[in-house]
Amino acid sequence: MGKQLLLDKINVPGIRTYEVYRKEGGYASVEKALKTMTPDDIVNEVKTSGLKGRGGAGFPMGMKWSFIDKKSGKPRHLVCNADESEPGTFKDRFLMEYIPHLLIEGMIVSSFALEAHRSYIYIRGEYMWVYKILQNAIKEAYAAGWLGKNILGTGYDLELNVHVGGGAYICGEETALIESLEGKRGNPRIKPPFPAISGLWQNPTVVNNVESISAVPWMILNGGAEYAKIGTEKSTGTKLISASGHIKKPGVYEIELGISVDEFINSDEYCGGMLNERPLKALVPGGSSVPILPAHLIYKTANGEDRMMSYESMSDGGFASGSMIGSGGFIVYNDTTCVVRNTWNFSRFYHHESCGQCSPCREGTGWLEKVLHRIETGHGREEDIDLLWSIQARIEGNTICPLGDAAAWPVAAAIRHFRDEFEYHVRFPEKIKNRDHFVEEPFEKVKHLLAKATV
Amino acid sequence: MDRTHRIHQDINMTPELMATINELLSHYPEDKPKSALLPILHEVQDAHDNWLSVELMDKVAEIIGIRPIEVYEVVSFYTMFNQRPIGKFMFEFCQTSCCATRGVEDLMDYTCSKLGVGIGEPTADGLFEVRGVECLGACGYAPMMQLGDTFKEHLTKEKIDQLIDDCKAGKVELHYKVNHG
Amino acid sequence: MKVTIDGQSIDVEPGTTILQAARMIGGESVPPAMCYYSKLKGSGGKCRCCLVEVSKGSEADPRPMPKLMASCVTGVMDGMEVNSISSERVTDARKSVTEFLLINHPLDCPVCDQAGECDLQNLSFKHGKSQTRYIEEKRTFEPEDIGPNIQLHMNRCILCYRCVMVADQLTDGRVHGVLDRGDHSNISTCISKAIDNEFSGNMIDVCPVGALTDKTFRFKSRVWFNKPYNAHRNCDKCCGKTTVWMFGNEIQRVTGRKDVYHEVEEFICNECRFDHKDVNDWVIEGPRKFEKDSVINANNYTRNIAPVVIETEEKILLGREEDRKKISMASRPLRPEETEIFKEGNV
Repeated sequence: MGKQLLLDKINVPGIRTYEVYRKEGGYASVEKALKTMTPDDIVNEVKTSGLKGRGGAGFPMGMKWSFIDKKSGKPRHLVCNADESEPGTFKDRFLMEYIPHLLIEGMIVSSFALEAHRSYIYIRGEYMWVYKILQNAIKEAYAAGWLGKNILGTGYDLELNVHVGGGAYICGEETALIESLEGKRGNPRIKPPFPAISGLWQNPTVVNNVESISAVPWMILNGGAEYAKIGTEKSTGTKLISASGHIKKPGVYEIELGISVDEFINSDEYCGGMLNERPLKALVPGGSSVPILPAHLIYKTANGEDRMMSYESMSDGGFASGSMIGSGGFIVYNDTTCVVRNTWNFSRFYHHESCGQCSPCREGTGWLEKVLHRIETGHGREEDIDLLWSIQARIEGNTICPLGDAAAWPVAAAIRHFRDEFEYHVRFPEKIKNRDHFVEEPFEKVKHLLAKATV
Repeated sequence: MDRTHRIHQDINMTPELMATINELLSHYPEDKPKSALLPILHEVQDAHDNWLSVELMDKVAEIIGIRPIEVYEVVSFYTMFNQRPIGKFMFEFCQTSCCATRGVEDLMDYTCSKLGVGIGEPTADGLFEVRGVECLGACGYAPMMQLGDTFKEHLTKEKIDQLIDDCKAGKVELHYKVNHG
Repeated sequence: MKVTIDGQSIDVEPGTTILQAARMIGGESVPPAMCYYSKLKGSGGKCRCCLVEVSKGSEADPRPMPKLMASCVTGVMDGMEVNSISSERVTDARKSVTEFLLINHPLDCPVCDQAGECDLQNLSFKHGKSQTRYIEEKRTFEPEDIGPNIQLHMNRCILCYRCVMVADQLTDGRVHGVLDRGDHSNISTCISKAIDNEFSGNMIDVCPVGALTDKTFRFKSRVWFNKPYNAHRNCDKCCGKTTVWMFGNEIQRVTGRKDVYHEVEEFICNECRFDHKDVNDWVIEGPRKFEKDSVINANNYTRNIAPVVIETEEKILLGREEDRKKISMASRPLRPEETEIFKEGNV
């Protein structure tokens, strides 16, 4: 059993309530931080911990904190990004639903470190019941004196509120989230200026993921150096993985970074192996945006080394033969999965979620979806595969925010690793017109037909 | 063309609703009332049969002190705000990858044919509507749907049958209440 | 601060953007801009036409920037080196953006009032291709009436947000905005409200395409058949300095005075724009000049136009005659003896 920093108390009955959470040692980090540490001490602990932002981009949290503008004297804000919407990811919801006070505790300590007096948790609108759980937990924390004026008599004031979104994936992008928090459409801002200089209401702002903030209390109590001892040198600490797809035990698992992918998928402690013992075909290791890996690159890297659940091992080989750990949305596919259909599905998602502000993403995501849909429904042309490649390449890197890249990468990776499946779709349209294609007849069984078909 | 359908909606800003709105406004600096727009829209929509007519949006704009167009812009951007009347029990099935690989399409077909409607059409009695939405963040519990404030997960045809019966019998609560059991 | 663009150096004030610096240098290095408008605060960054490569960040931090940068919103640093037209990556990106902007554009220039002074036409001419790779059905929107002065053609819109900024920054109450999202985002009032306030007409001038055109000029003339003159009148609402577009002695249209980047020198009021179409209302200053390659110069009256001699005219006419013979169809089935005569074209 690996070390559990976030979920160790998750099974304690009633841990959702303030009384039980407090009895189990909750809010101790607030006492320690506010009474014995300076804001800079806390920033240093977080820096020492080496924690990489758990929202997907993996930017070191301590460094992000150190960028916040303290010179201008403007009010500062901490905003927690709980707009968890990356397909395959559902870990933050798990934390907030079952142990909401952990996040609130983290928010207080982190806000103190940033010397912020008005902080928000931005939660996606679809998590409406979790929003209400958090609202209730915040009320409890106010009542117990952990929030409000002069917390613990230290003179530190903090107002914490939870803000609810309205249904838009793009609001997970930090500047779009800030716009949404200001009551506007979720159009990402053009950077620079970065939020650390000009964020919420033009004030210096830090936006951090739920899981990142929830890890702070442990660091305060045990020290950043202790945190850094967990995991690997470059991937410190534990990480929540949302496991889904064709596995026996889907769910949220806390792992020590650096365990092998093999162990994660096949051990009973985690995913429990493949559903119905069908063969593994592909893996999306970090949410829909990251490149899909074909079977031969899942347990081993291109160099033949074991593939590990860590930032560096998951991206070993770059996009040619690796992927990214991203947000930890771990989606496993068996041999009945049609990669083309799944890629179309992802493209439909990005088409639906593009904010429409900049031209390459607005026009490109829809185009990708339409071409993929044609191929998937048996109306593809041979040249469509190269067309898809060209469209994704023309979106990538040319947009305001990373949604363009996120829409492009899955298409690129699918073509890179599963081009033969695209060719099969184009050359055998009659065979794939049935929605359940590949279920009775996995691609492996029909692959040989491709060798005979000439263009 | 006027893009709104101009369907009549009774507006009822009850004292309770106004109190909730004022509380939400207090969560933001006094000179930033617009920030409360999304949470307020959720509350107002919940209190008005889950949709927002032009008149209702104008009312929200007036309360917050912003221009009506600023509300229209926001309402049309986010998927959870409805600009026309919708079925009382809105079955919003997640269609994204994990749910799709775990058979949500068949369940949607099943539900639609059982209710005798297509996707996005309320049933004649206004009780049900089926919609396909994008990832709701329950990939490990696929296939699933959103109904009111909560999720219905690990769905099967039998569970859907039961759910429809429960909705008809008035046994389904759409609004979540925090309960420390 | 010194910045070098395509090898040409210039000293600029701190706070200058790369695009502004490029405009100071002028010439081929100036990136195209479809959404940036120097007179509208907060504009730019959206269309991605003006992407450039920053090969050296600054003297202090010489690292190149990994991604192409939107030159209209990226400030220059001392010692910065930028590649615009000289970088293949940049020209590729411009081609990409042009293609994206055109896939859903109706390409209805022959019936569009903006044709001839359209930034998208110019962009396509420079960076577009004559073939399309887009075989899907184009996106369309329901028409919306936004009042008697301004015609909205949403199908042509490229979502530059300039008109929204005009309404925010020049008028006292914005009633239109961007609704919906993604590729169905659209400019609308949502409730079909007439957009009428004293400065709303400037939305027409800032629109880079034919999405917002002057309803009072609708289908009256192609812009290159008009003769533009600078004119002014005493106006208590605006500067009163305009360009009047004449056909014979009739003023068909009034606009702001647009510079070489098609930005107005000064915004004008709706009264000047829509209500003074009588020559006697104006003091005509003289012909308005346009940039060298503008199609408006096709009807140029500011210089003498020499008669055009087409050296190959004879061959062209001969070719046409041969084509006529090839493609002509008989009006009734021909008898065998007539076929040969018909082939010769003697019909």
